[in-house]
Formats: sequence, structure tokens, C-alpha cells
Amino acid sequence: MRTFRYERGTDPGQAVTLVAGEPDAAYLGGGTNLVDLMKLGVARPRLLVDVTRLPLDSVEPLPGGGLRIGATVRNSDLAAHPTVRRDYPVLARALLAGASGQLRNMATVGGNLLQRTRCYYFQDVSRPCNKREPGAGCSALDGQNRDLAILGWSPQCVATHPSDMAVALVALDAVVEVLEPAGAREIPLTEFHRLPGERPDQETTMEPGGLVTAVRIPALPYARRSTYRKARDRASFAFAAGSVAAAIDLDGPLVREVRLGYGAVAHRPWRARLAEEALRGQPATEENFRLAADEELAAARALAHNAFKIPLIRNLTVRTLVELTEGSVEPAAERGR
Amino acid sequence: MTGSPHRSPVSLSVNGRPYELDLDNRTTLLDALREHLALTGAKKGCDHGQCGSCTVLLDGRRVKSCLIFAVAAAGGSLVSIEGLADGTDLHPLQSCFVQHDAFQCGYCTPGQLCSAAGMLDEVRQGWPSLATEDLVAGPDGLTDSEIRERMSGNLCRCAAYPNIVSAIREASATGSRR
Repeated sequence: MRTFRYERGTDPGQAVTLVAGEPDAAYLGGGTNLVDLMKLGVARPRLLVDVTRLPLDSVEPLPGGGLRIGATVRNSDLAAHPTVRRDYPVLARALLAGASGQLRNMATVGGNLLQRTRCYYFQDVSRPCNKREPGAGCSALDGQNRDLAILGWSPQCVATHPSDMAVALVALDAVVEVLEPAGAREIPLTEFHRLPGERPDQETTMEPGGLVTAVRIPALPYARRSTYRKARDRASFAFAAGSVAAAIDLDGPLVREVRLGYGAVAHRPWRARLAEEALRGQPATEENFRLAADEELAAARALAHNAFKIPLIRNLTVRTLVELTEGSVEPAAERGR
Repeated sequence: MTGSPHRSPVSLSVNGRPYELDLDNRTTLLDALREHLALTGAKKGCDHGQCGSCTVLLDGRRVKSCLIFAVAAAGGSLVSIEGLADGTDLHPLQSCFVQHDAFQCGYCTPGQLCSAAGMLDEVRQGWPSLATEDLVAGPDGLTDSEIRERMSGNLCRCAAYPNIVSAIREASATGSRR
């Protein structure tokens, strides 16, 4: 590991100034990803600015409803927050589906959004990776790509964003508050992470040196009927093979509104707007849930080892929406009896 | 002040005792314990936050000491496995682990114990887990599925899991707080 200087941030402006003054600086949150990447030689900062003691650790109700979540709130505190548990179960469940108890005690909300892909080749400095070194090539495209993207990837990069929390937040229309060297700005979470395109090394739309200061989630009364479903290789403490965040509002037998986010399918937490549009105003039936997922997944392109993700996401969508609408959904037509 | 910009003074309370260290910034909390304070109870298993054998309690919360730079924890209060017992009086979790034969090689045990101590405190505070049916109400007792879900950050390569679960179940039922 390269040697580094360590500074403690005292207020957001000072932290941004410190990072802006050093080309190889990084913010240190809980460290659950960055410290690991430093051990692996993937991240090699010369200066760490510790932001965990900045006064950004509160969860506050917003005047018109909704919540403002400080960037240094720990994942476990957010998952245990009474308002989150009651009003945004999809967010609490997504947080609790991520990592382990110890890591959730450490990990911050800002760091969770900014964590890096767990693509094997990105984490292995002996293998070419366009994300680590633009122009080096992508080892995953024709390598072990079972865990990688089916949507929005480019020949330069097929990595996925690993967060569970962000999948719930993207479905909830979260807004990211950032402080950049030029000043404060807000970025809708759907526009915060980039697709890889030609520059997979550029992962967010924040300016270099930008600091996430908070995440806002708007009021969404029907999110009380929401949840997160994650499929993975073992029952706990594993990254998603695929996941679905969903919230749904019914008008009798019809879907009035629905929100869908997909995880482990793309370079960013994926908002499934095509599926949402397909369902709006339609009867809340299992068949329609399946057709809506198909609408979203029509653009999916599987790699050599991850074609299973397409039916996985379709089935997760259906099961999640059925679970949320149980009692209101027509019984599925009898088949194969 | 220390001479090098890559070193820092680090004050830590460990098991109730204050320490003043001067450490390379790259030193993890785990290495500070093991290499600088000769407290070798916390184990280096994977050194990547995946196995849980380095689990300690930092400011009352269970964390993985291999992924925290000591300098970032400076000013903090840490309890490691060496601080769990009260002299020769074992912590109730330790007694239950012995009674239930909740280990074979023992390498993961210090991490299991510190993690379980932190976990039981989280349950007392009503924190839900993914195994909790009713998020708003919180955990309805500590079922085996709750224990397994909440302890999933601690691996045991001997697979002593059934006995670890029963040891924690008993410690929880009899009250492990001191």
C-alpha cells in the first residue's frame, strides 16, 4: 500500500478544499470498500480526508414529507430508523440485505453510493481493466462475467454497481446533494451514476473532488407498500445475482402508480421506467407484471455466463409485485392442472 | 507532532486502558492491536472484511478491525476479546460457547464472540434484520433464523454453526448483558 497523509474533515467546505488541493486525494467514509481497494492496490491515494466526523450524520424529516439523510449516516442506523422502517420499507430491507452487521455499522450512505464494482478484473491489478486504466481493455467481456451487466453495458466495460441501498433509492426518486469545488448542487440519483460508454473510469456525474453531503427522498405515501427482493448465491452476506426494489399503488384492481428498480444488472442502479409505464393503469395481474418486466428486459443483452439474469429479474419482478399486491390480484389462470 | 506526514499520533482506549501510539497511517486497527499492543485475540483471517474473525467493538458497536485504519479510530474506545471477560469471570456468551461446544479450531471464536455481543445489543435496541417479519415492530424474540442472519458476517470454516447458534440462543435467553 502506498503511504498516505491523513486529515480529518471538520466541515464539508474544508474537506472539499483539502481534496481539491491534492490530485490523488480521496474521501474516507466507513472504509469498507476503499480500505480494501487500497490493500489490493486498486486505489492508491496520497491523501485521505476522513469525512466520518462531518456534521452530516442526521436523518431529518422534510417540511412537505420525505427525508433528508446525511451522507455520513451509517447504513445500520438508517435501516433501524423508525420513519424509514414505517414509510420506506423498501429502503430498510435493501439496507438490511446488504453486507453484514459489522459492515453496516461502518458503511456510510455516501460511501454506499460511491462504492466501486466488485468485478473480479477491476479488483485484480494484474488484469487489464478500462475502469482502472482507460484504454487497457476489458478482461470481463470475454472472461468470467456471470455476475456482470445485462443492461446498458458497453464493449469497454460490463461492470455492475454493487449497492442494494441505491436500488431502493433510485426507485424512490432520491436526489443526491453534493458539494463540489464550484459549489453545492443537486443531482437526481437516476442521473448520478453514469453508464460506462467510452469512459467507464468516470462513474458519476459529480465533478472531480465532489463530496456527497446528503440524500433526499421525497414523500411517497404508497411506499408503505414497498419491498426489496434479492437473489444471491447464499442466504446472507453476498452480493446480488439480481434484485428488485418495488413500490406499488393500486386503484381497485388497477395499478395507479408503480416504482421499480433493478440491482446487479447494470453500471448503475437501474430504474425500470419502461416496466413502470407498461403497468400504469393496467390490471395488477401476474401476467401483466411479467409483460412489464419483459418490456424492460427487451433491451437486455446477456454475456457468455449471465443469461440467467434475464429470467431471474423477470421472476423477481413478478414475485415482488405479487407479494405487494396479495389479496388484490386476480388468481392466476389455472395452468397445467 | 510526529516527524513524518505519513504517521500520526493515535490515542485509543482498549479494554478500558488508555494507549498513546505513533503509527504509520497504513496501520489497521487490527494490526495496531496485534502488532503494537500484543493483543492477539482478534484474528487476521481474510484481511478483507469477509470473514469476521477480526471483529471488535468500537464505541460499543461491532466492526471489522481489518478495514479500519487505526488513525481513523483515534479517540475511540475499543473492546476486544481480551476485554470481554471480567478477570477470570467469563462473559455469559463465553460460558455458553464453552457449554455448547461452539467451536472446533477456535480461530474464528474471538470474532464470533465480539460479534455476538454487539449483535445482542442491536437486538436489545430493537434493530430489525432481514429475517424480521415486521419491520416496524422489530424482532420478535431471537429466533434461530434471526441469529443466523445477524451473524452472517462471521464465517466458521469448521462449520460449528449449529452450536454457535445454540450458544447464542442460550446467552440471549439468560441475558448476556453486564
